Amino acid sequence: MVEINSELIFPALVGGALIGLSALLVMLLLGKIAGISGALGQLFTLKHHQIASILTSWQCCFLVGLAISGWLYTTLFGINFDIRENISTSMLIFSGLLVGVGTQLGNGCTSGHGVCGIARLSLRSILATCLFMTSAMATVYLVTYSY
Amino acid sequence: MKSLIALGIGILFGFGLNLAQMTNPLAVIGFLDITGNWNARLAFVMCAALVVTLIGYHIIFKKRDKPLLADQFCLPTKTTIDKPLIIGSILFGIGWGLSGYCPGPAIAGITINPKESLPFIFAMLIGITSYHLIVNRKSRR
Repeated sequence: MVEINSELIFPALVGGALIGLSALLVMLLLGKIAGISGALGQLFTLKHHQIASILTSWQCCFLVGLAISGWLYTTLFGINFDIRENISTSMLIFSGLLVGVGTQLGNGCTSGHGVCGIARLSLRSILATCLFMTSAMATVYLVTYSY
Repeated sequence: MKSLIALGIGILFGFGLNLAQMTNPLAVIGFLDITGNWNARLAFVMCAALVVTLIGYHIIFKKRDKPLLADQFCLPTKTTIDKPLIIGSILFGIGWGLSGYCPGPAIAGITINPKESLPFIFAMLIGITSYHLIVNRKSRR
């Protein structure tokens, strides 16, 4: 069964286009790949020894903007979905550790590989996206249907 | 100046993620659950983002040999498929499927449901730092 609600497709397309537009601006203005895990990783590998230069780096400012956006968006439009209640903190921590290590080892996540990498027609990114999509789908299947 | 621009683009990126409901982990899991009630919405998000970026990158790289505010385009140089890429991507996918969070939406949704996103982001940062500490130590030898 495929659930498609036409009222939700429009915001999905506009939201996706905004993500693409931001990735383009990062490349056109700064010359960088707009990958979130990449930007996070670079914060830890920047050769800067002063806190100030890390705080004013494009990576840090970009990530701060990202964090502000959620607050700004929900202040303007409210939260338009149900908040999940039933996930354990230990599951969140295990998931976060896997995402942290996995994205650094694999050099990217949904934004860096899935959007920017595929848009550059990079073979590495196309393979990475197929792999993480497949393993994520398999994980959801196992978690949902194994009980 | 560059910092302010990066901040602005970050806000725009996050607005896209929020509008597209990528910050709702249940919608993400609904998209990944292809054998259940498949929520196809995020496929539209991904396609729209890809089409815009694909066409835009093509135009940017054709018309310009350097970015507007930097000396050169900074692109990944690795082209070979190696073990870290394969293992890392599979691990990332497992983590993504377990919680429905990937790095961008977790940060963009940090104020929406901090009870979930804070432990996730905290653990993700530990994963990232420990990876770089181990790799840096190895490469120093």
